[in-house]
Amino acid sequence: MGWIPQLFTRRRRYAELSETIREHLDEKIADLIDRGMTREGAEQTARREFGNVTLIKERSREVWQWPTLESILADVKFSFRKLRKSPGFALTAILTLAFGIGANVVVFSILNGLLLRPLNVPHPENLVQITRGKGDDSQSYPDYRDFRDRDPSFSGILASEYIRAGLSIGDSTQKSWGTAVSANYFDVLGLQPSLGRFFHQDDDRGLGSAPFIVLSHDFWRRQFGSSAQVIGQTVRLNQHVFTVIGVAPRDFSGVEVFFWPDFFIPIVNAEQVTGWSDLCCRDHMGLEVLGRLKPGVTWQQATGTLNSLARQMARENPKDDGLTLGLRPPGLAGNPAAEPIKKVLLGIMLLAGLVLLAACANLASIFAARTSDRGGELALRMAIGATRATVLRQLLTEAVLVSLMGGTLGSAFARLLLGWLSRWQGFDIPTHFLIVPDARVYFVAVGLSVVSGIIFGLLPARQVWRTEVMRTIRSGNVQTEHFHRFALRDLLLVVQIVVCTLLVTASLVAVRGMQRALQVPLGFDPEGVTMAQADLRMAGYTGETAFSVQKRLIEAARAIPGVTAVTVADSVPFQSGSGWFVYKWDTTVFQPSHMSFMASTYLIVPGYLNTAQTQLLAGRDFTWHDDDRSPRVAIVNRTFARRLFGNTSAIGQRFALWASARYEVVGVVEDGKYASMGEDEQSAMFLPLAQGVGEVKASTAVVLVRSALPRGQIAAILYRTLNSVERGAPFVVSSWEDAVDRSMVQARMATAMVAVMGLLAAMLAVTGIFGMASYTVSKRMREQGIRVALGAQRIQVVRAMLRRPAILLLIGSGLGIGAGLLTTRLLAHLVSFATPRDPFVLAGVLITMTLLGMIASWIPARRALKVDPARLLRE
Amino acid sequence: MMSTTSLKIVFLMYYLCMVKKSEYRDLFPGALELMILRSLNWKPMHGYALAQRLKDISEDYLQIEEGSLYPALQRMLKTGWLETEMGLSARNRPVRIFKLTDAGRKHLEQELASVEKMFAGVTRVLALAGR
Repeated sequence: MGWIPQLFTRRRRYAELSETIREHLDEKIADLIDRGMTREGAEQTARREFGNVTLIKERSREVWQWPTLESILADVKFSFRKLRKSPGFALTAILTLAFGIGANVVVFSILNGLLLRPLNVPHPENLVQITRGKGDDSQSYPDYRDFRDRDPSFSGILASEYIRAGLSIGDSTQKSWGTAVSANYFDVLGLQPSLGRFFHQDDDRGLGSAPFIVLSHDFWRRQFGSSAQVIGQTVRLNQHVFTVIGVAPRDFSGVEVFFWPDFFIPIVNAEQVTGWSDLCCRDHMGLEVLGRLKPGVTWQQATGTLNSLARQMARENPKDDGLTLGLRPPGLAGNPAAEPIKKVLLGIMLLAGLVLLAACANLASIFAARTSDRGGELALRMAIGATRATVLRQLLTEAVLVSLMGGTLGSAFARLLLGWLSRWQGFDIPTHFLIVPDARVYFVAVGLSVVSGIIFGLLPARQVWRTEVMRTIRSGNVQTEHFHRFALRDLLLVVQIVVCTLLVTASLVAVRGMQRALQVPLGFDPEGVTMAQADLRMAGYTGETAFSVQKRLIEAARAIPGVTAVTVADSVPFQSGSGWFVYKWDTTVFQPSHMSFMASTYLIVPGYLNTAQTQLLAGRDFTWHDDDRSPRVAIVNRTFARRLFGNTSAIGQRFALWASARYEVVGVVEDGKYASMGEDEQSAMFLPLAQGVGEVKASTAVVLVRSALPRGQIAAILYRTLNSVERGAPFVVSSWEDAVDRSMVQARMATAMVAVMGLLAAMLAVTGIFGMASYTVSKRMREQGIRVALGAQRIQVVRAMLRRPAILLLIGSGLGIGAGLLTTRLLAHLVSFATPRDPFVLAGVLITMTLLGMIASWIPARRALKVDPARLLRE
Repeated sequence: MMSTTSLKIVFLMYYLCMVKKSEYRDLFPGALELMILRSLNWKPMHGYALAQRLKDISEDYLQIEEGSLYPALQRMLKTGWLETEMGLSARNRPVRIFKLTDAGRKHLEQELASVEKMFAGVTRVLALAGR
């Protein structure tokens, strides 16, 4: 690009040019004086023969200028002037595009933040997650150690798992979430501490050997005010002492996308905190394992070496029988569990793209109409020497300018919305959504603006190209209207209406789906139930000693006036829960390949079913005599009973969880939902809290209280009461209804977004139809005036003017509904419980489109009705 | 990726719109340039001397203002066919002398060759036509 240095040498060039011309004139004058002229005469002659000095300098300078840039600037200035003169047009165009681009920026930012953004560590591209079999992410610690020590493809392999613990600083304890990680974690990720040091592989000298804790930057700022004195201090996790040795880098959040842990501890010390031995056995799987590939090693090679290792391991350990390993990108992008989110986001991205398409179609027709109205001006410019290309270039500049302004406005709007969204904390765990737009998003926004600007700016090109200057100057319009033919503008309107119908269909399907989801039977009644949850391990209890506290909690809560029912469980549906493999009674080999199914498991006390209002269909509820001295009993749900025992009565039947954990079914309850509204039928079982699952006793407690008192009041009393019973374990009080609601967050968000897209498309369609109808009306005013003068009825006039938009609306809606029916499968990813085939949805779409058409053509129709032939003909 | 391509296309379109029609009132397109190159190849000259020389050799074929030389000279400077250096005029005054670069000389040769070829063609056609 030679023009950059040119800009700097230009000034010198110009000076030199002036000098040369001056020398030329001086020489000539001297010459002429020599031939006998007077000085004055010589000067005059020299100048005459040389020509217009200023003009020649100007033209010589032009040689050095960058013509494009300078005339673009002129075009931009001119376009601004033009737009200021028609603010209505400018505002409509800019806002239309702002909506289109804003919607895309929002959706793309979310997509970018959740799926595209790499992990915030050096060289994220060669980090891979090691998966087991068919996309299952969890690995056991002994298996992890084998990968780490025996696989040649990786320069390092790390493991991590989430843990929840009461973190005590001095006397105060708070519930916090952290990560237990392998000792080489930070080294494999290639991170440096922002304070103190990290733990390394040589700190790991076996179980319980490294009581060190690294704080997350955010936690350090919140709890220690960013004080450097924190290094060397001790904190307690579930009453076990850990020494603070370092603080993680500011923007580091572990290897997940939006979970922001408060702390990191070595995994060899996790057992004392969780009380659950995750390190011992090859069938205790709870670790996420990530490896860093050695330079030059491909995924294929790494999968190869991993699987030959897996075959070796399978020979050595019966529990690894049939082990196969795979790789996937870390984070949500490769996570099969995030598949629904991905589908929803991609689906919504598609809808947002359609909104932009509709916006472009809308703008193209606005621009075409404007070009046509400006026919006189354009023709005049061509008549006095502008080429068609110059005129076109100016129109294009105007279009790109409008689209850039629209894009800027849209992005600013999106930025605001996303800033608000990213601060949203809807979950029990610390989250942080990094969805605020980054450079990539802005690049996409600018790209979209420019491309859409060109698309709708080029459409009027044909008009300009075919302009017949003389005829146009006489008539004032670029072209006489070809109303009998199917014009480009009609096509644009149909496209818009199709897109609009499709989006309205999608949003109605989503809303209908949401409405039906809310009517799904839950298998319990969360309304009016307040829950208080705590991990008693935080107060130093173990599973063995927790039961007495759990009983005391019930007694205390029951004493609260206004409470109608109280119960306690280790966990409840939509709050948390565990799953266990269920085996037939006669099973001898307790390996996953022999199990019948997995069942959601809840440990409850007598009276739970009554408090939760879960219907007992057969058999009996637990009694306080079902404790660890009596035979193990279970209550199962209908699906569980059907799957294991078929049509025979389940009461008295038996099943096993492992060799020493065998149960007899004493009751059958109704089916329900356990984790999400959209889930398929799930097997679930309820076991007595006093008995636990096999030998495993629960240390968590969820106290459920049903009361008619206002929610805030009961929550406060419950919190006070329970804390007076047990001070060491912080209780978190919330409403069960909210927990159920929270499980719908994703579906609600998707519904809201789809609905917003539908609304935007509807607005665009209204302006589109409105524009088309009013344009037709104003163009045909005179003709219709004549018809009225000749005796036409008003209604005939209206019919003549609005027939075309109405036909287009019909065609567009028909095509749109057809397209909607074709996308049934796609929509099924977005919403459960409803499809475009739903009669309510179909009727809704028809009504909406009719209404839109009526709203849009109301004003033009009124104008058409007011046709005054006398006035029109006079003009 | 799509957007950078489209950006390029916009600029290309702008550029194409900007290319101006040639404004020569020459014997044939490029005649002025050719005469300038040829003259300067014979001897490096300053602007006035060049103008005189062109007037002398073209007699009445080339009716131009002296000043119109300058845009052409600037164009050729920009293309790199010419360069300037300080020298002395016939009156011993310091003036800017225009002279050919290697690229200019090469271009001149090519142009001369093609002009000769064209003239040969024209002569031949005319001769045949007169028969």
